Amino acid sequence: MSARVVFQQADIARALTRISHEILESNRGADDLVLLGIPTRGVVLADRIAAIISDISGTPMEAGSLDVTMYRDDLAKHPTRTPSPTRIPASGIDGKTVILVDDVLYSGRTIRAALDAIGDIGRPRAVRLAALIDRGHRELPIRPDFVGKNLPSAQTERINVHLSEIDGADLVSIDSAAR
Amino acid sequence: MRHLLSTRDLDLDTAIRLLDVAEDMADTQQREVKKLPTLRGKTVVNLFFEDSTRTRISFEAAAKRLSADVINFSAKGSSVSKGESLKDTAQTLQAMGADAVVIRHPASGAPQTLATSGWIDAGILNAGDGTHEHPTQALLDAFTIRKRVHGAGSRGKSLDGLAVTIVGDILHSRVARSNVWLLTTLGATVTLVAPPTLVPVDTRNWPVTIGYDLDDALASGPDVVMMLRIQGERMRDAFFPNSREYSRRWGLDDGRLHRLEPTTIVMHPGPMNRGLEISAAAADSPMSTVREQVTNGVSVRMAALYLLLSGDREN
Repeated sequence: MSARVVFQQADIARALTRISHEILESNRGADDLVLLGIPTRGVVLADRIAAIISDISGTPMEAGSLDVTMYRDDLAKHPTRTPSPTRIPASGIDGKTVILVDDVLYSGRTIRAALDAIGDIGRPRAVRLAALIDRGHRELPIRPDFVGKNLPSAQTERINVHLSEIDGADLVSIDSAAR
Repeated sequence: MRHLLSTRDLDLDTAIRLLDVAEDMADTQQREVKKLPTLRGKTVVNLFFEDSTRTRISFEAAAKRLSADVINFSAKGSSVSKGESLKDTAQTLQAMGADAVVIRHPASGAPQTLATSGWIDAGILNAGDGTHEHPTQALLDAFTIRKRVHGAGSRGKSLDGLAVTIVGDILHSRVARSNVWLLTTLGATVTLVAPPTLVPVDTRNWPVTIGYDLDDALASGPDVVMMLRIQGERMRDAFFPNSREYSRRWGLDDGRLHRLEPTTIVMHPGPMNRGLEISAAAADSPMSTVREQVTNGVSVRMAALYLLLSGDREN
């Protein structure tokens, strides 16, 4: 198996900065924005985007996390997953614009689960989706609003997102099929 | 996890994982919509051969909050009173497609029999068997202690260095046995205090200190005092002269309550005999966790059902 690096640290930083600007532009400012990262790496990305938005807009912004394990439709097909904590900012999500943040957008099933989870927590004004990598192969009618990089890939390939907070370094690589 | 039969065979990692998942479950219970879709389409049978209020309701609430279908079975009014054997009952449940069986039985080892007999494929959850174990009660006690001690930062923590004193009817108590194993695995030190007649005959292999004088035990300043119910329904002999004497020597009365450090956690698994093993003032004081224990019971049982029923059951 060979790993090919497709995104370096600087690329990730640039993509997150651009996504942050796009979020602010589409929302016309930072008011009533709630960033929710999907564990594990989406939470780190949401924290980084929140920091960038705080810098740009001058108003401090906090990101939360949204665990979707209990809402997945493939629980019976994998070994038992351990859920991660869900942290919703104290002001809640009712009437806000929620930006879901994930590292890789693939089948769309995680996002489907996230939309169900959000429905149980409150009723946001709108839900948008930001993903660092969009690798295609959607199985549901779901599309991202903010994308770091479109990375067309074969389904046999594996996309690895490494972030320094968790993996010690920032990079995105592709493992080609082990054949 | 395939079954949850006892806390004696739970290792530290599994125990902490169960408690951490219970934290996540507790968080979801603060939401507007408390029901999770996780176990949709699964069937949980509550198989109760012994009376129970809180454990059965708690398991039922836990299963329903996870969207499982719940079938309640109690031995009274069932074919058991016509003489049906455990094997036939189990095979009936198997034929109906039960995914998990929560069993309470007066015979120690009944859940183990169900789990190993091959009569039924469902995951087995022990909800109290004879005088053997009651694992979810011990887990909810550990959860409650951890939450009081560590607060919001409980995740991943053990109970290292805590001193727990368990007082009362140890002999008949499956709660005490489950707690001895679980709390020790989690790093706590356990002391048992009881009249000599209510201590099991052979406790050589138990990782505990045994005392007979409650005032001595309380003077050493334990972090947790857990009072057990005097199980009158299991007592065929006279284990102590009368309840007044028991209460004076081994009950948590108002005097003993006031001598405790205000940070001490006072626990009781319920149902309480107020005035016998615990005074009303002790049961209702801010040090008491009796009601928290009931609330946490639902979260802990949700975690147990989740870990038993989700995931690929072949692995």
